[in-house]
Amino acid sequence: MSPDNYVYLAAILFTIGTIGVMIRRNALVAFMSVELMLNAANLAMVAFALARGGLDGQVATFFVMVVAAAEVVVGLSIIITIYRTRRSTSVDAANLLKL
Amino acid sequence: MITLEALAPVAATGMFSYAWLMIATPAVVAAILLLFGSILDRIGHWLAVAAVLFSFSIAACLFAQQLQSAPDARAVAVPMFEWITTGMWHISAGLLVDQLSILFALLVTGVGALIHIYSVGYMAHDERRRRFFAYLNLFIAAMLTLVLADNYLVLFVGWEGVGLASYLLIGFWQHKPSAAAAGTKAFVMNRIGDLGMTMAIMAMLALFGSSAFTAVNAAAPHLEPFWATTIGLLLLLGACGKSAQVPLQAWLLDAMEGPTPVSALIHAATMVTAGVYLVVRSHAIFEMSSAASTAVVVVGCVTLMAGAWIGSSKDDIKKVLAGSTMSQIGYMMLAAGLGPVGYAFAIFHLLTHGFFKANMFLGAGSVMHGMDDDVNMRHYGGLAKVMKVTFWTFAMGYLAIIGFPGFAGYFSKDHIIEAAFEVSTVAGVTALIGAGITAFYMTRLMVMTFLGERRWREKVHPHESPWVMTVPLIILAFFSVVAGALMNNWIQEWLEPATGAHVQETSLVPGPIGWATLLVVAAGIALAWWMFGTKPVPDVAPASANPFTVTGRNDLFGDLINDTLVVRPTLAVSRGVVTGDDRIIDAGADGLAGVFSGLSSQARRLQTGQVRAYALTMTIGVVLVGAVLILTQLA
Repeated sequence: MSPDNYVYLAAILFTIGTIGVMIRRNALVAFMSVELMLNAANLAMVAFALARGGLDGQVATFFVMVVAAAEVVVGLSIIITIYRTRRSTSVDAANLLKL
Repeated sequence: MITLEALAPVAATGMFSYAWLMIATPAVVAAILLLFGSILDRIGHWLAVAAVLFSFSIAACLFAQQLQSAPDARAVAVPMFEWITTGMWHISAGLLVDQLSILFALLVTGVGALIHIYSVGYMAHDERRRRFFAYLNLFIAAMLTLVLADNYLVLFVGWEGVGLASYLLIGFWQHKPSAAAAGTKAFVMNRIGDLGMTMAIMAMLALFGSSAFTAVNAAAPHLEPFWATTIGLLLLLGACGKSAQVPLQAWLLDAMEGPTPVSALIHAATMVTAGVYLVVRSHAIFEMSSAASTAVVVVGCVTLMAGAWIGSSKDDIKKVLAGSTMSQIGYMMLAAGLGPVGYAFAIFHLLTHGFFKANMFLGAGSVMHGMDDDVNMRHYGGLAKVMKVTFWTFAMGYLAIIGFPGFAGYFSKDHIIEAAFEVSTVAGVTALIGAGITAFYMTRLMVMTFLGERRWREKVHPHESPWVMTVPLIILAFFSVVAGALMNNWIQEWLEPATGAHVQETSLVPGPIGWATLLVVAAGIALAWWMFGTKPVPDVAPASANPFTVTGRNDLFGDLINDTLVVRPTLAVSRGVVTGDDRIIDAGADGLAGVFSGLSSQARRLQTGQVRAYALTMTIGVVLVGAVLILTQLA
């Protein structure tokens, strides 16, 4: 089985996610874009694993999903905290990292 | 010259091994008074008096023992401890109780004790009296270290201790800016002299390998002329600083800012006599260099005249006495520079001067005490009737200093004048004229203070001082009268082993020079009486364009000269250095820091705080890394 189409799809999804992170101001949407990139990477790993006949990629995908779930918890809670204090989920409004 | 065997002091036995107690007692009491604080406020001053009296009694016992022993066994060495041991150097600290140092020890502790007792009354209302007495005791301890040391390094410890104590005491009333400045001035000017002193000691250590008096005296005759002159001149510089000789005289007049007993202590018994002691103690070196001893004579003559000049033109009673001290120390320096003929006379005059000058300073303090601390003689007048004891004791000192026949100064000063004529006519004439001027200014002081009409300010009620102040005056007055006759025939013989000078014939009947001196003195008295006794004294000093008067009133422009020659150039140089530091070194460092600060504030702009910008940066980075990896794979 050729993984080409999967890889193309993964590349497209990854690109969409990357662009989404960079251009969307809404923190929730940017966060979803990050998830999209993670899942694009997962898709690529599963596709390659299938092509090579090994299980490594598939196992790694589970790890990624678990970590992603944990990351969602942390990320969402940060976004909610920011929203509570600033009444906004725009990532441009939260620029306190600047000196 | 006497032989070296006679110079070597014998080892200490019996009483002599406790000679160090003389120094230790006042030093320990000074420490106790300073450390224990206000607990000792009530009795501290009597403790200090007791300490000095104790030292005096030891000195008196040692003196009595020396009188009994054979002339060649009178100089006693008291080794104390090994002080510095490093490499080839073994410098021990010890005391030398010989004919010269015991006289000084007696003078310092004797007159010092009387001044202590007097101060109990004089400082009775000063809330820092305990501290004052601690400093006085420190002074005595330092001065005793100076005169009893057996080598120049230990002497230098005392030398510096005296400088410290004088600084503390002159600036004792530190709330007065003038007193604080005077203390600093005395300290700084003494440092210049100390520079000469340290260099002389270092030269001795380098040349002789030791700074002990016995070693230096033994090695001095083999000294090269160049080194003898150098060491002599350096020692003279040190002596000039301590003894307020021209050109380092300016601190002495300002030192009058201290309490009057301090002036008496500095001027009569201690400190200023240290220079004369140093020259006499180093006689072996000065004898090897005619240039150095001539320099001593010149310094003595110049100071003698300068002091008399200042004394003649001041209205401040203490400054007149200060000028007179300078002048009398000039006499001693002159005598010490004359060579073997003068040593004994220098010490003789130093001792008699110690009595009559302490007497007069304490008398002046008693007058000030009665006049609400006014020092201007134009506000005195007619005090003889209200302050009888002060007047009569002061009169004894007056007669002693002008050299009235039979009084102490008559013997000691006449000998110096005669000796000066033997060596050089110029020095002799200077000393002779100086005696006349001494009579002039002292008569002026007496007339303006004790005689004439009363010119007191309102609300001033002069009164005699309490007994603690008058008793020391009476004792000192007694010695002002008899000290000269007492020591006249004895002192030369006594000092012969210590100074190596042979006894000279002195007679009680004045010779031609003696008669000339008496004549000049009489002329000085007559002139002063005519100028100040026969007409009323103006309330303010009359304006005068007479250059002699103007110069005298300005202390011979000593401060101006120091300012122009030393202070201002130093200030200019240091300001230049500060400017250089600010404009070049600081500016360089600041500029470098500025460059980095500017660069970093530019670099800081990269941090916008925009999450999306960071994401973009990261993506670009990833793309670049990926591109590089792919391109290298392809290549």
